[in-house]
Amino acid sequence: MTSNIDYIDKIPNNVDLGRDRVLQRALEHWQPAYMGWWYDMGPNESHNYDVYLRTAISVDAEGWAVFDYVKMPQYRWGIFLVPPTQGREVNFGVNKGQPAWQDVPGEYRSMLRRLIVTQGDTEPASVEQQRMLGMCAPSLYDLRNIYQVNVEEGRHLWAMVYLLHRYFGRDGREEAEALLDRRSGDVDNPRILGAFNEPTPDWLAFYMFTFFTDRDGKFQLSSLAESGFDPLARTCRFMLTEEAHHMFVGETGVGRIVQRTAEVMAEHRVDDPDHVRALGVIDLQTVQRYLNFHYSVTLDLFGGDVSSNAASFYTTGLKGRYEETKIQDDHQLTDATYKVGTVKDGRVIDEEIPALNALNERLRDDYIGEVQAGVDRWNKTIEKSGIPFRLTLPHKGFHRQIGNFAGQFISPGGDVLTAGQWNAKRDEWLPGQADYTFVQAMMTGRVVEPGKFANWIAPPRRGIHTQPIDFEYVRFN
Amino acid sequence: MIETRELVDYQVNPTTYKHWRVSYDGRVATVTMDVAEEGGLRPGYKLKLNSYDLGVDIELHDILQRIRFEHPEVGAVVITSAKNRIFCSGANIYMLGQSSHAWKVNFCKFTNETRNGIEDASEHSGLKFIAACNGTTAGGGYELALACDEIILVDDRSSAVSLPEVPLLGVLPGTGGLTRLTDKRRVRRDHADIFCTSPDGVKGTRAKEWKLVDEIVRTQEFGEFVKKRAAGLAEQSDRPADAQGVTLAPLERTIEANTVRYRHVDVAIDRHLRAATITVTAPANIDAMLQFVRELDDAILHLRTNELDIGLWLFKTAGDANTLARLDQYIVDHQDDWFVREVLGMMRRTFQRLEVSSRSMFSIVMPGSCFAGTLFEIALASDRVYMLETEEGEPAATLMLSPINFGSLPMVSGQSRLAARFYDDAATIDGLREEIGTPFAPPEAVSLGLVTDAPDALDWDDELRQAIESRVALSPDALTGMEANLRFGPSENQATRVFGRLSAWQNWIFIRPNATGEKGALKVYGSGAQPKFDWDRV
Repeated sequence: MTSNIDYIDKIPNNVDLGRDRVLQRALEHWQPAYMGWWYDMGPNESHNYDVYLRTAISVDAEGWAVFDYVKMPQYRWGIFLVPPTQGREVNFGVNKGQPAWQDVPGEYRSMLRRLIVTQGDTEPASVEQQRMLGMCAPSLYDLRNIYQVNVEEGRHLWAMVYLLHRYFGRDGREEAEALLDRRSGDVDNPRILGAFNEPTPDWLAFYMFTFFTDRDGKFQLSSLAESGFDPLARTCRFMLTEEAHHMFVGETGVGRIVQRTAEVMAEHRVDDPDHVRALGVIDLQTVQRYLNFHYSVTLDLFGGDVSSNAASFYTTGLKGRYEETKIQDDHQLTDATYKVGTVKDGRVIDEEIPALNALNERLRDDYIGEVQAGVDRWNKTIEKSGIPFRLTLPHKGFHRQIGNFAGQFISPGGDVLTAGQWNAKRDEWLPGQADYTFVQAMMTGRVVEPGKFANWIAPPRRGIHTQPIDFEYVRFN
Repeated sequence: MIETRELVDYQVNPTTYKHWRVSYDGRVATVTMDVAEEGGLRPGYKLKLNSYDLGVDIELHDILQRIRFEHPEVGAVVITSAKNRIFCSGANIYMLGQSSHAWKVNFCKFTNETRNGIEDASEHSGLKFIAACNGTTAGGGYELALACDEIILVDDRSSAVSLPEVPLLGVLPGTGGLTRLTDKRRVRRDHADIFCTSPDGVKGTRAKEWKLVDEIVRTQEFGEFVKKRAAGLAEQSDRPADAQGVTLAPLERTIEANTVRYRHVDVAIDRHLRAATITVTAPANIDAMLQFVRELDDAILHLRTNELDIGLWLFKTAGDANTLARLDQYIVDHQDDWFVREVLGMMRRTFQRLEVSSRSMFSIVMPGSCFAGTLFEIALASDRVYMLETEEGEPAATLMLSPINFGSLPMVSGQSRLAARFYDDAATIDGLREEIGTPFAPPEAVSLGLVTDAPDALDWDDELRQAIESRVALSPDALTGMEANLRFGPSENQATRVFGRLSAWQNWIFIRPNATGEKGALKVYGSGAQPKFDWDRV
């Protein structure tokens, strides 16, 4: 088999791609299809821009990436796994203590494939969801950041596709093709998970998404990084290094919006949302409604509170808990229990269920802890301006479609309501058409002058990779 | 529990028989059951009253084989007993009571196959069988009689035929008794109901009226009557009165810890994986073909009895496809030759064991394989067939059909494996017939539906490894049930009903507390204690 791909140059990798014919053969078909997908579904009108991007080129902690101008279609999507740990074992479940699997254990093949496909499907989905946002970027800095997130989501797709290609034979190749065929929001051919079929209509939604939903990705990747299937663990561990930037973009993005609003409110001594809006910034009540929406939709991504799938994934050693190896227990959980919330007699109560079945809920709780810390930092920013308003995370049961709370009407404060009561308050709690119209009206044009920022967002504290804030992060050509 | 650790050997010969005598008188062979009480295959029970265990049946199987091959002059076989007023009292209850479930099932399967073999010989080989029931004919004894063409019961005012399993033991007749009562002998269902619930059975005129037996003959006349009848049947046989038999020499076999080796068959067991690779080398001539099927037969029986947890059989083949295809053509063309016909019969019965084996089967087709004609039947019998697609210019794996694939080697259901695979679709099967002798490369084999998948060299190792690992991880019970369902499809006959009902009903009843619990009927039989039933109907 001869190849027309110059592997080392075109596809940075540490998986010996130059000599791996299985992978070469798979990529020969998939890589052109991927490029077709990128041209169709990648950021709108962006293909000829020079973007100041980081590209992963190795797994060396010092200097794993380079920064330079790149046209995105020429981005060198690569394949990286953190180096293997000698003698790594399966660290939990019934296979605990066995050497970690270097090949797919046949009996777990379909379970593993499902895990990888589900994770992989989210990566291109978010690129699709965000593809129009470049048209109304608040600055070159922000435009560059969304492109950075997009190309790295693309690379994360490559990472999952690598696993499918390398370890799952023809099934894997078919699944990899299907990852390029599904489309976010397409009724006939949707992405697998609900949240990834919701549109990302504006930059506030984008920042909320990267803060909340990409963080779900982080927690999923972290638990997969514990996997007894070593290539998956090593792949996910490396993805986490990139994922950190995405959450940085989300946290600072929301933070800068909140900062700008609080500053304007303080300067003009207004607190009525309509007055705040009239000053060309996003009122904090609207920020809270966006937060409620993205938080609740993301909580659903963790899956059912009581889950037999999660139990099998754990018992078999395929997907661990967050930071599994740092937890001090038997790593079997056969007798342990865990509290999950449920509605009984009109109240939310906690119920003890077998810990194995509650692993989704446990991961969700770990996630909530980290999200709360981010919200606290936003509140510090507001507090600095002397504004009394505080953002809060709604109750875990608010606006849920999956799990024990699905079908319940729970207020952000955690009260169980009737459908009528809840719906009457809906627009107070969740963004409505009026909110979207308002936010989008604010974001009609793109700010293209280096160092300039839209009125509704504060500049960042510093630029990218030691470049100044007024650096020309994107050249439109 | 009867342990299976000590190997059960299916290779016996007349000098080692403990339980039977065979005499030849012209065209009639008389097979006389005379079970040695102390001659059980395992300790812990006595084979009283001509009751039998697996060892007794292994000898019967060998006897039938030798009549087929070593005595082509025989046209009729009389099965009778040397015991006074006892023909055969069936499977030994104490043996069943102390056996593991697996042992009971395997025992029943083998005895069924032997009974089916009697009917197969009657249908295909011109051998007719008379059960000369010269005394009590109970349970498995009556089932043995049911497998014969004619049942002649002595009328001595006491000897009866019976199926006392339900009333005495709380289980079912395990060797096709119920099925043959209805399907073969057409006993009216209420008569059958009474018969099957009466521990004493039915004797004399009523036995004949109810079609349970063909004749009742007084003691004085019994011997002469049987002799005449046998001579009459032998007369009609098309087996050659003057032909020279072919001696079935002992198989050359080496059994070691993880291997069993024969001349044409090689079994390698991977105990960690719980899989056996069975590599078959194509025979080059008719004698070698007989040798090969005897070896395969022995290997199947060995694995079934002695290697219970080896749940997956991986078949590989080697040899020259064209040579084998020519041999197949010869076999199909020479069915008027008694020997060729018997060899084909042995091939048929041996391959029929595959589908009723409670083991997963994958065939693996690679360059150098010989999945042609006869050996392609093994692939067709398999649950899946994997074929390696090599790159252009490298030696290729091929499959080939021969005339033998088109009805000469039916499954136990009576259908050819090709017909079963394509649900009797005439166009497809005719299309394939046109392609006899064509070596099919992997893409054609896939598009013709003859193989499951044809991964290329890059995928091959991993695909195969994962297919195997995922198979052996599944519940063995669920697999047994699933495979049996899928292997036979819609075509049913008496034999599939016997096996199916054995699996579905008898095996269920065998593991229920009402049979095998502490107070179960099978467990307490003979102890004087009364069984205690859970009366809920399920």
